Amino acid sequence: MKQAEIVVIGAGPAGLSAAAAAAQAGAQVLVIDENAEPGGQLFKQIHKFFGASEHRAGQRGVDIGHELLEEVEGLGVEVVLDASVWGIYDGSTVAVASQEYSWRVKADRIVLATGATENGLSFRGWTLPGVMGAGCAQTMMNVHRVLPGQRVVMVGSGNVGLIVAYQLLQAGAEVVAVVDALPRVGGYPVHAAKIARAGVPIYTSYSVKEADGDECVEKVTIWRVDDRWQGVPGSEIELDADTVTLAVGLSPMAELAWVAGCRFLHIPELGGHVPVHSAYMETTVPGIYVAGDVSGVEEASCAMEEGRLAGLWAASAAGRLSVAAAVAAAAPHEASLARLRSGPFGAAARGGKLAMDGRRDEAWGQTLTRGGA
Amino acid sequence: MNESRIEIHPILGLRPERRQVTIHFGDRPLPAYEGEPIAAALLAAGIRVFRKTSKRGEPRQLFCGIGRCTDCVMIVDDLPGVRTCVTPVRDGMRVEEQDGRGRWERERGGGEP
Amino acid sequence: MSILEDGYFTLEEVLALPGCPSPEAMRGRRVAVVECGHELPCNPCETACKAGALTVGTPITNVPKIDAACCDGCGICMVDCPGLAIFILDLTRDDGRAELWLPYEFLPLPEMGEAVLLRDRAGSVVGEGQVTKVRQAKRFDRTAVVQVLVPEELAMTVRAIALRR
Repeated sequence: MKQAEIVVIGAGPAGLSAAAAAAQAGAQVLVIDENAEPGGQLFKQIHKFFGASEHRAGQRGVDIGHELLEEVEGLGVEVVLDASVWGIYDGSTVAVASQEYSWRVKADRIVLATGATENGLSFRGWTLPGVMGAGCAQTMMNVHRVLPGQRVVMVGSGNVGLIVAYQLLQAGAEVVAVVDALPRVGGYPVHAAKIARAGVPIYTSYSVKEADGDECVEKVTIWRVDDRWQGVPGSEIELDADTVTLAVGLSPMAELAWVAGCRFLHIPELGGHVPVHSAYMETTVPGIYVAGDVSGVEEASCAMEEGRLAGLWAASAAGRLSVAAAVAAAAPHEASLARLRSGPFGAAARGGKLAMDGRRDEAWGQTLTRGGA
Repeated sequence: MNESRIEIHPILGLRPERRQVTIHFGDRPLPAYEGEPIAAALLAAGIRVFRKTSKRGEPRQLFCGIGRCTDCVMIVDDLPGVRTCVTPVRDGMRVEEQDGRGRWERERGGGEP
Repeated sequence: MSILEDGYFTLEEVLALPGCPSPEAMRGRRVAVVECGHELPCNPCETACKAGALTVGTPITNVPKIDAACCDGCGICMVDCPGLAIFILDLTRDDGRAELWLPYEFLPLPEMGEAVLLRDRAGSVVGEGQVTKVRQAKRFDRTAVVQVLVPEELAMTVRAIALRR
């Protein structure tokens, strides 16, 4: 059986960051990703990131992605693509399916960085060709260079909805409306301002009533919702659209944590069911770490910082870094995370991670990872 | 190709050079770029229905775009259930609209099940 | 603030922002108008400003503040702002027009001399303007700068252009 000191599952921003941190500490790292290309969601983020200038703010996601990849490759990390991890046994045997055959790798430590998946929203006609996740539209435009549609209704005004709406404009589509059932725009106001001044109407307290069309979306009807989320008859607005993109939240893709026996908590602010983890990013199964959206849905910048933490703590537990060295290495990343999570827009994530801390006894007894030499 | 293809993008720049190949959607030959997923080539050709559901024959196309939801499956070179959003095109590939779960028998000389 | 319901600031809200120079300061020189009024963890504008005119400080969620007397209107904060929330205003002309610099990330780019439609923060067309310059530079990292002449009275209203083609 193949052996690896640290197996990182997922080559997105969290996974690549974990791999880099662990490899820098001297660990032998294997990264496994089911996609044909590494980078996860990072290569779709063509906008400049927020945050502190000292930590890559102002850089476009795509460029950060290339730098991360170069760093990981430069550190001699093995990256296996087109390989889907389907099981974790005894907390250390990772079962993988590559095209035509299955193989296993014995890992000292595992970092799960499998990200999150888009939520759906059902309304009459939601299964019609033309209704898709906002991330799907983003993938088609920014990775495959194809417009998924010409006239788009964006559902959801969180950062994903607002940013993808802007990217749809950049790709040459028309954004007919942004619709949000909440009475306020959910994402950063500056993102809303960019699309508003480009002529995109934003309807708050509105939802999609139905999407109509023979074999695909041809017309979309939106209507106002009251304070009990019920549509108000008579408030319908018909929109000429061929595409509806749903940006209604993400949920951690934590199936592997589940099959590995990790304990979970349901924390809505983090996206739903999340694997319980400590500040060292370790789950309730010793030796299994999590980082990025799988541990709670946040921004890519948070994913990268969590990845660094998971990587260095896993490396420390594997004996590559003393606890003192790990604590010192972790400090700037913890500080960065605290900064990224500060302010009113970080309240949900902060609250979510705090809730996890406060309810830890519900889930486990062990709270400290064991350091190395 | 057509206006669905983004030839030049304000941030991504020019579309990278790729070899052009031909895939077949039913009896329609479609231009595609080597390495791109089947779904991208179909979107570029304006194809909106990828399959019909088993029970009610309802049309489906794409949802997640990253190989997780299986909304986009079609029959590719006689094999049903192929996720078109993550499967790259090949020159001469045959793609068909999938009816329900598709046909699982293969027409081969040996009468294999 | 109505920006959270409609997606855009009213003029009154902008004038009250710490990143908005006073009317007197705006008349004296070409100057930045930082239309960012919420506690976002973000400080590239402060880092970009070599003249020390912009302050975010600690925590980085502070709303940016401008010391217009220090601002030389160079526009680097405008291209570096991840939210594209900064504009450069030149009200020093005496021909009844103001020159507005906009961060622009669409194609096609307008051409020098081109007549364009002017949009306000809500996206409504409020008039017509003339593009004087379009600048791109590696340093700008694919954010182009479009300089457009607008009627002076619309200087604090216009925040986007639309090509007529």
